Amino acid sequence: MGRILPIIFAVITLGLIAVGTVHKSNNAAASSPEGAVQAMLTNIQGHDWKDAYSYVAPSSNIDQGTFIRDIAGRDGSLRTYSSLESFNTRPLNEGENQATVRTEMKYSTAVGAFYDTRDLKVVKDSGQWKVVWNAEKAPTVPPQVIPVNYLRWDIIWRGNSDDWGAQNVENPHVRILSMNPVQQPSGLSIMGEVVNEDTVPAFVSVGAALVGKNGQDMAQESSFDKTSHVLLPKEISPYRIDFPGVKISDVKSARMKPDAMLVPASADPVIGVLHQRIEKDAKGRTVLKGELLNESGQTVNIPHVLATFYDNTGKVIWVSDGYGDHALLPQTPQPFAVDLRDDLADKVHSYRVTVNQYSLNRQE
Amino acid sequence: MRKIAFFIALTIVACWFAADRARAAELRIPQNATAGQPLSIGTSGSGEGTLYLIGPGEVIKQKIQLGQNIEIKPEQLRHAGRWVAVVRGGSNPQSQAFWVNPGPAENLSFLARPSRVPVAKQGVISGVAFVFDKNQNLVLQPTPVNFSLTVGGSGASQSATSSNGVAWVRSSSANKAGAAQFVASVGGNSVRRVVQQVASDPCNLRMHVAQRKQDQVVLETDPIRDCTGNPVPDGTIVTFIETDKTGRSVVDARIKKGIARAELPASDNANVTIAAGVVLGNELHLGGGK
Repeated sequence: MGRILPIIFAVITLGLIAVGTVHKSNNAAASSPEGAVQAMLTNIQGHDWKDAYSYVAPSSNIDQGTFIRDIAGRDGSLRTYSSLESFNTRPLNEGENQATVRTEMKYSTAVGAFYDTRDLKVVKDSGQWKVVWNAEKAPTVPPQVIPVNYLRWDIIWRGNSDDWGAQNVENPHVRILSMNPVQQPSGLSIMGEVVNEDTVPAFVSVGAALVGKNGQDMAQESSFDKTSHVLLPKEISPYRIDFPGVKISDVKSARMKPDAMLVPASADPVIGVLHQRIEKDAKGRTVLKGELLNESGQTVNIPHVLATFYDNTGKVIWVSDGYGDHALLPQTPQPFAVDLRDDLADKVHSYRVTVNQYSLNRQE
Repeated sequence: MRKIAFFIALTIVACWFAADRARAAELRIPQNATAGQPLSIGTSGSGEGTLYLIGPGEVIKQKIQLGQNIEIKPEQLRHAGRWVAVVRGGSNPQSQAFWVNPGPAENLSFLARPSRVPVAKQGVISGVAFVFDKNQNLVLQPTPVNFSLTVGGSGASQSATSSNGVAWVRSSSANKAGAAQFVASVGGNSVRRVVQQVASDPCNLRMHVAQRKQDQVVLETDPIRDCTGNPVPDGTIVTFIETDKTGRSVVDARIKKGIARAELPASDNANVTIAAGVVLGNELHLGGGK
């Protein structure tokens, strides 16, 4: 009896270890094209790249590493900080050996959801349905030297040993160029433009306080990521401040609060916004499309596009933004698209696109 | 009768002693005491006593010999303001308040605002000087203070008389950009501040085609200056906007070495405009041999 109990416990322990170690294989052969796509995406959701890759058709001519980079992102882009949250599949056509499945993937990121819609070709290979995965061709930049001699602004602040009369460096002067309140179904938005009038960089934040009919403050908000916060000298940025659930009829006035702080900054990189045009996308929505061109020599990891739309009187009628899920490699155009409200599409007379950038290897 | 005479004499002697004791605590303090200078306080009486001097932020205690002058050293009397002298000797402590005036103006605290200002603006620079003596007492007597604002060797100076210890001037920024030296001086001392005078908005912003490539056109501005001829600082954003049938292309270029340069897609029929902040420049038409 004295030996039986330890043996029983040892057997149970080994059994539990075995149960914990053995994974359920999720690469069973798919019986339908839609099933193959779903199985592959389920494995992607679980970061089970090997099993996900097992559903990729050999005719895709893609290795596992490229497949993973295509889905999980590369170059420190926003995609590398995202995960596949959900997906929808719908067969568009199905033959005996080939089918097309429309796949809508929803990625979750720190800055909101990202949607990727692909029409995936599914083929029968050795009796099993496999997905033809066309990986994006990774752009390569030819070896070259890009001379960069952009400015940096560094600041020496007032020190403890300075006498009390010694002035500190002045904060930059910024000015709100325009302000336009717009009632939307979801609430009130205040939008416009702000300029850094100074000769030094500024960290700008635009806030607004709504004053109700009774003279009391109703709400306070700031533009958060619907603006460029670091403005170089003479740079103009749009801003949009949203007040969800507020009706303009309840508001007596708005108090604008532009705050500017002097910050160290660099004048690079320059990002060109090329071939901007308003079009309808595949889903029939109105979007502003174009290409971003990073003219510097360093990778921009996460581009943030801000679009300002004007009516025929030059008034700002909408500010839209979007994050790019691909990094901007030097000298390599990268497409972008930002939404435009369909009800405003007819009123838009002109527009302007500016780009924020977030880079891992820059200090400011 | 003799008893009465003895009693009167005793009373007189007692009164004399009492009066003598009272006289011992008398203080004679000059009314023109100045901070940082020696002070002599006269006492009467006899015997030993203690002097307390209670001033702004300072208390001095000193053993004294009644009937002699008490010498207060300059370093003991540094603070201007209301002082109280108390002498304890015998039974009746005596006190007397007196004022210590600030010494001659020797130091300045100088506030210059702003630290950075566009050129050629009227009345934008202010200088405020607080006049102090060598012990940092605010000098309330009207004192002339000289202010000078120079940039690149040229400038102007003006004088202002302080009122209640404060003198101020207002000045315009010069037409020339640079680090202006703003100096306030009183007596032999001066305090320097730097007011950075920076170029104003660009003026006559003009661009031209610098280079044509197969699929790109390089646009370049003339040297960018403000309306008084100062170069606009490097790093300032200049926006090039090209509009053609494929859409609109925008480059926010930075001024480098006085000019801004942008590479835009080549087009056979495009309009290009340029702007810096709210200032617009010329317009170019690309293509058609123009």
